[in-house]
Amino acid sequence: MSVFLIRRLFGAIVVMWAVATLVFFMLRIVPGDPIAAMLADAGGPDEIAAMRAKLGLDQSMLVQYFKWFALMLEGDLGTSLYGSHQPVTQIILEALPRTLSLALIAFVIAVAIAVPAGIISATRRNTATDTAVSFAAFLGLSMPDFWLAILLIIVFAANLQWLPAIGYVPLSEGFWPWLKHLILPAIAVGTAFSAIIARMIRSALLEVLKADYMRTAAAKGLTGRKMMLGHALPNAMIPVITVIGIAFALLISGAVVVENVFAIKGLGRVLIEGILNRDYPVVQGAVLIVSAFFVLSNLLVDLLYGVIDPRIRYS
Amino acid sequence: MTLLRVENLAIDLVRDGHRHRLVHDASFSVERGETLAVVGESGSGKSLSALAVIGLISEGLEVAGGTIHFDGRDLSALDAEEMRGLRGSDIAMIFQEPMTSLNPVRSIGAQLTEGMRLKLGLSRREARERAVGLLTEVGISDPEARLLQYPHQISGGMRQRVMIAIALACQPKLILADEPTTALDVTIQGQILELIARLCKEHGVGLVLITHNLGIVARYSQNVCVMYGGRVVETAPAAELYVHPLHPYTRGLLASVPRLSQARGTGLVPIEGAPPDPMEVIPGCRFHPRCPMATEECSAKVPVARHAGAHMVACWNAELAEPEMA
Ligand SMILES: Nc1ncnc2c1ncn2[C@@H]1O[C@H](COP(=O)(O)OP(=O)(O)O)[C@@H](O)[C@H]1O
Ligand SMILES: [Mg+2]
Repeated sequence: MSVFLIRRLFGAIVVMWAVATLVFFMLRIVPGDPIAAMLADAGGPDEIAAMRAKLGLDQSMLVQYFKWFALMLEGDLGTSLYGSHQPVTQIILEALPRTLSLALIAFVIAVAIAVPAGIISATRRNTATDTAVSFAAFLGLSMPDFWLAILLIIVFAANLQWLPAIGYVPLSEGFWPWLKHLILPAIAVGTAFSAIIARMIRSALLEVLKADYMRTAAAKGLTGRKMMLGHALPNAMIPVITVIGIAFALLISGAVVVENVFAIKGLGRVLIEGILNRDYPVVQGAVLIVSAFFVLSNLLVDLLYGVIDPRIRYS
Repeated sequence: MTLLRVENLAIDLVRDGHRHRLVHDASFSVERGETLAVVGESGSGKSLSALAVIGLISEGLEVAGGTIHFDGRDLSALDAEEMRGLRGSDIAMIFQEPMTSLNPVRSIGAQLTEGMRLKLGLSRREARERAVGLLTEVGISDPEARLLQYPHQISGGMRQRVMIAIALACQPKLILADEPTTALDVTIQGQILELIARLCKEHGVGLVLITHNLGIVARYSQNVCVMYGGRVVETAPAAELYVHPLHPYTRGLLASVPRLSQARGTGLVPIEGAPPDPMEVIPGCRFHPRCPMATEECSAKVPVARHAGAHMVACWNAELAEPEMA
């Protein structure tokens, strides 16, 4: 277990380093200049040069990179180039709980819908129910998340007034206030995710239901429910978990887009504002954190395999 | 009262509105605590007949005729839920493939106890205790530790022993064993067969032992039913069948079985030709293209099963079959 973990953690760190480095250089290579964005038309050449020196942007890219990297190893991600020059870690720590809350609720809603939907369409294969579920999944996959977000706001916030349209309330101010602000954005983010998982569960189940051990279970005279939950589903989840890991990427990138529609100041907002302003440290920090989540979710998937499938026990 | 009486069982494959008969007019019966061996080359309809008895023939197949009486009840009159109630607790089944017949992600203990908890209403602990006893009975050492293991951690022979324990778990009256040793190493085939036969005898369980090896069943069964191409061609008491096989196919099978009384390598006469494609329509007796005794009648009319002494035989020329054994 520990050897496996250490190897995977090491791999994760290498991936994160590669992503961070890539982003560092890409930001500086693509056209656009933070100083120009900052000073707009106001500054003359002297002011621009002074500002550049102050922010360390006059040094060569490699020097900048090593300085940034050295600081990062100490946990210092630098400060924003704008406003009150807030530390990047602080900006991220403020934004992170919002994005994580959104992703979590989206995940829970998506799985809660996908699992029963997948089971129903697999057990009623080629019936009207199956077709209806397939159609819903197809619809869910083809609707752009921002468009769904707007639709949800119009129906459930503006017209029915069941749920708030925008904003975020931290969990510390109560579970329901927190949850009710997240339900609509979570549905917008989670729908495509849910559709993918439901399709996956359906096809994995159809495969598993043909297995010899399902016939053994049937020969024991088990109920359909026991056969499904006790025998078919645990096996069907093995391939599905891989997809959940990959689809988690979809969820985070979805959150980044949808946050903007719901005016939730999460990582997505931070990232987009940072990119528009060429706020290098902020973008670098945010990307680093997002990549950390990708890598972590993959690691989690690998560990989950070991829990679900006894044939894979890491030693 | 006969434990299991199957009469004129017909099983059809139904595909895009077409019907194709896979099992024709099969009849056999099993007395309480006795063993019936069902023998035939692969594709002869043995598994389908057994699956029909336990109500588990796969989608696309359909019981198209005949009756199955079990323990005084007409199984065709039962609905799906009543049939499910019977499975495991009255009729159990052991399958051919021990490597894939156990769920890879559930422990041996979980797979062994779940039936007992459901069917016998045992508590978790009672079921565990009974499971330990069953594993001991099927010859598995250190049963407590085995309960915690997973199928991939034990050998094929061991898995088949677990399958036997699962079959016995809820004290069924009948066990259907579908080629339980075919997938196993030859060195342990005898042990496993011996074990199934002995446990069924001890527990008074009726046994349908399916095999494609006629030689192997001589010791374990009271009656033998020989199937060919989806039909029962001959049924007789085992002792009788070995001495006086009437159907040319049975005689062919027997001739291809090595005997202790024969010098090794002599007298082994395999039946010429291959078993028929179940999709092929063969007029008359399905065996006639391979039969050394076939007459014109054989290719024209399906032979009717009839009594010949202790035998039931479906062959137009069965009387001509002089026992070759001396
Ligand atoms: N699910 C199925 N669909 C189509 N054909 C089947 C199916 N199951 C069995 N058969 C056919 O029925 C015939 C009898 O099968 P089976 O009872 O399994 O034979 P065996 O005597 O080897 O156990 C075989 O030739 C097989 O091809
Ligand atoms: Mg078979």
